[in-house]
Amino acid sequence: MTINASTAGERSQSPSLVTQLLKKPSQEQIVLLITLSLLVVFSATLAGFAHLANLLNLVRSISILGILGLGMGLIVISRGIDLSEVAIMAGSWSVALIEIQRGLPTFWAAILALVIALMIGVANGVMVAFVEAPPLFVTLAAGFVIYGAAFWYAPSWVVYAPKPEDAPYLLYLGHDYLFGIPVPIIVFALAAIGMQLFLARTSIGRFIYAQGDNPEAARLAGIPLRPLIVLEYVLVALLAWLAGLVWIGTTGSMQMGIVQGTYIFDVILVVVLGGISLVGGRGGVFSVVVGCALIGTLFNAFTIMDINSEVQNIIKGVVLLAAIVLDNWLHPRDEETARQGE
Amino acid sequence: MSIARVATSMDNGFATRLRASLSPRLLLSELLLKQWFEPVIPFTVMLALLAWFSATIPNYAGLENLLSLMRLYAEFGFVALAMAFSLISGGIDLSVGAIFAVCNFAMLYFLYVLDLPVWAAVPATLAVGAAIGCVNGLLIGYLKARPFLTTLVTLIILRASVNLLNERYATVFATNSVDSDVWDFFGEGYVLGVPINAATLIVVLLVGHLFLSRSRFGWHLTAIGANRKAARHAGIQVERMLLFTYVLSGMLCAFGGVFYAARQTSTDSTTGVGWEFQALTAVVLGGVSLSGGKGTVWRAMIGGIIIFLLTNGLVRMGIPGYVTSGAIGLILLAAVGVDVKWAKNRGKAIQKIYVNPARVPLAAAPSLLRGSSSPYAQNDRLIGAEAIGLDQVEGPEDVILDRQDRLYGSTRDGNIIRFSGPSFEQREVFAHIGGRPLGMQFDRDENLIVAVAGMGVYGIRPNQEVYKVTDETNRTWYKLNDDSRLRMADDLDIAPDGKIYFSDCTTRYEMTTNSLDIMEGRPNGRVVCYDPATRRTWTVLNHFYFPNGICVSHDGRSLLIASTSLCKVFRLWLGGPDKDKLEVVLDEIPGNCDNINRASDGNYWLALVGIRTPAFDLAMRKPGFRLRMVKQVPTDEWLAPGLNHGCVLKFTERGEVLESFWDPTGISHSTLTSMREHKGYLYLGGLENNRIGRVKLEGADPSWTGYEAYWGSKQRN
Repeated sequence: MTINASTAGERSQSPSLVTQLLKKPSQEQIVLLITLSLLVVFSATLAGFAHLANLLNLVRSISILGILGLGMGLIVISRGIDLSEVAIMAGSWSVALIEIQRGLPTFWAAILALVIALMIGVANGVMVAFVEAPPLFVTLAAGFVIYGAAFWYAPSWVVYAPKPEDAPYLLYLGHDYLFGIPVPIIVFALAAIGMQLFLARTSIGRFIYAQGDNPEAARLAGIPLRPLIVLEYVLVALLAWLAGLVWIGTTGSMQMGIVQGTYIFDVILVVVLGGISLVGGRGGVFSVVVGCALIGTLFNAFTIMDINSEVQNIIKGVVLLAAIVLDNWLHPRDEETARQGE
Repeated sequence: MSIARVATSMDNGFATRLRASLSPRLLLSELLLKQWFEPVIPFTVMLALLAWFSATIPNYAGLENLLSLMRLYAEFGFVALAMAFSLISGGIDLSVGAIFAVCNFAMLYFLYVLDLPVWAAVPATLAVGAAIGCVNGLLIGYLKARPFLTTLVTLIILRASVNLLNERYATVFATNSVDSDVWDFFGEGYVLGVPINAATLIVVLLVGHLFLSRSRFGWHLTAIGANRKAARHAGIQVERMLLFTYVLSGMLCAFGGVFYAARQTSTDSTTGVGWEFQALTAVVLGGVSLSGGKGTVWRAMIGGIIIFLLTNGLVRMGIPGYVTSGAIGLILLAAVGVDVKWAKNRGKAIQKIYVNPARVPLAAAPSLLRGSSSPYAQNDRLIGAEAIGLDQVEGPEDVILDRQDRLYGSTRDGNIIRFSGPSFEQREVFAHIGGRPLGMQFDRDENLIVAVAGMGVYGIRPNQEVYKVTDETNRTWYKLNDDSRLRMADDLDIAPDGKIYFSDCTTRYEMTTNSLDIMEGRPNGRVVCYDPATRRTWTVLNHFYFPNGICVSHDGRSLLIASTSLCKVFRLWLGGPDKDKLEVVLDEIPGNCDNINRASDGNYWLALVGIRTPAFDLAMRKPGFRLRMVKQVPTDEWLAPGLNHGCVLKFTERGEVLESFWDPTGISHSTLTSMREHKGYLYLGGLENNRIGRVKLEGADPSWTGYEAYWGSKQRN
């Protein structure tokens, strides 16, 4: 199992974390250090930053981003990408919420949203795996199709969820507290642990790394690549559904506007910053966690500093650009044989 | 017998033969091969869309509406063109819509805030577009960042910037005005009746087309998109070309921005939003490939017009924007899928439907029974043939002797081998032509004229110098396949007036795949004439069933043509009252005929390369069987006529077969393709033989030679 030794094993098998950190830090460790130093700086300079309530709020605010990031991380590890993830979340849940308003029981509405999300995942996967269209184009177009179809079905920018007392279970994940901790954080933690176990401990998880490392070699080794790709897109859709469940609990509604915004780039930013390289086969759940921590810290600071959202977008764009260039420099891809849309 | 005659008379008419060379499948396969066929589909969609909106929207088809559509379209056209160039270079520029918006703002800013004159503001705006493109180009070309994500991020940054700037300057633009005729002309003017922005777009398209298809830079741009590695190895500066491509893309967007600013004189947060997505859909729909290196500016425009008409028309019909964007998403999905699958499977699809066998009802085969009275009765007359140059020649398809009794053979390795000496013991390579030399003949000046499959017709002077006679003929205007090149010149002969007549056995297959033509059984071949006096080449007989042997009759007034797939010999009149008339001379031949040559007694020799079998005859009547066979069975296991016999026939001017010479074992002479009479001997050449054979002819004129029969004392008129 060379895959084990080269990726997940890198951290656990090294003699001492400190020696390794001093010799050649991994991208996750660098990002973690930056986050910690930013936390120190912001605590010292920004009033109201270092309060426990604010920090909980910080973690809470990034948990949806984190759940989406887990899905994106999975698909990027497999050398794909899913630009329709936010659209899947918003589209499936706005249809479900409008059905609740029309009288569908909440449980069946949640199932409806799940079915819609999974079907979109299958469609994306089939387009990528069987039609062999580049994932960037497929999911870009899928995002627009989902947006058009969902808006046509539920023609409203904001679709409201029922009040918490009417649908306590539906809104529990985004809304409530467990042992004083906001439930979204727990959901994110559980999802991260589940994803970590899936990627590192199951053979399918290892196959995903193998595919990302070298799809042709993986195929020749006998891995059924096409069903695997479909499964990956279905898993992304599943996580999008879960993120949507948390989202409606947190905000009490689903907004179609996020599909057209830059939210999907925040998700990509989290993943790429954390060290899941776009060449595939690298990084893991820990990358998503530290990426989220950095972005959450920055966003929280932006909010406290009351920075214009357009300026925030410019800053995020520049950071993402830097991350892409850095990633490309650290993990160069073979530009001469690369497929369009990679 | 009478039925067979009727069938053969049907083969003679031009219209019948033309009809036999056509089938819907065949047309489709040849259409798919055409470069111009791919854009035909989106072009038809574009026309259909125009027709549909003309029918459903009142006053749509009027000139006024069309002009206003042109004015509305032009800016999007520039953006789509920018997208097309970036796709052809193997990348993508998703920031086109945002660059367009920034340039729109910049133009207004230069005019309204900085109070620059129009002549200075326009180049300044173009420079802004170029500068932004330059950033993209540096990131993608030199830092090797991924084009898709990089330009997606620059899109976000530019969009956010332009929104910030808009907020600040919108009121300035709304309250100020510029008093300039040039500026008004940019916004509302016409050039030759065409809106100024559309006219500029047309000029830019023409320049872009010439640039892309006729200039070195354009070729380099296409090359780095088609195969970056090969481009780099060919010495193309890939990084610089990429930088240049994105600068070009940025400048084209700036053009759009300038005209949009002149037309709208305002800016808001929706300017150019989603255009990158529409432009991408448009150019992929038009047929600019995602994989790079393939596409033209016209294809990009066809796609652009389709998307523009669709969005514009749907808005007019009151359909909400989200439905339009969903529809465009679906179109992009379909276009990307088709693009990927088509690029991958085009060759396979054509290959699958290219072979189209037809029904070939052959006349009944005569009996070959040994000892019977039939002239075809098998005998052993060739078994004892004397071997010349055993294992020194490889497949002498044709043999010929010159006035000095030297023997020439055209071999598989592209050589003409010459044997000389009393018993032909001296071997030399007379000339190397290349290709696959087949039929040969001496002209009056003793130049050896050779039909070379894969090359055309070549000549060899007595001093061994090789020269080209001809390698192309006139193109048949109504054929889809370009048939001007000679694909497989097979046999030739020279008329008394010096004209060289030769057979080109197929126009649909190549030299190496000519057996497919026989399997297809369609009239794909032709007989071509070259006139040395005028140096002109033209097709004298088009749509002919695998013409092979060619022989000018003893009197020089007609041409004998052997059809290998029909197993018949035809006569084409070169002059006289029946000029250009085609008639059957020899029907019911028991094998696939090859070369024809003159005999000393006024008759003709005919070689049979294969011997018909009942199974093969049946296969020729069953096109479906042959289609399945060529698709599913490897070539060397295809059903073929008997190739392990050798047979030479002698027949008269009137089409009677006199006698036959057989090697039923096929050990020394199988697949006989040629024979040449010379001073009482018959020399034998074969496609797959390792020797040239020679048998003594009883009672033949011992002084008769081919050269004398054509140009000297032995002519018969």
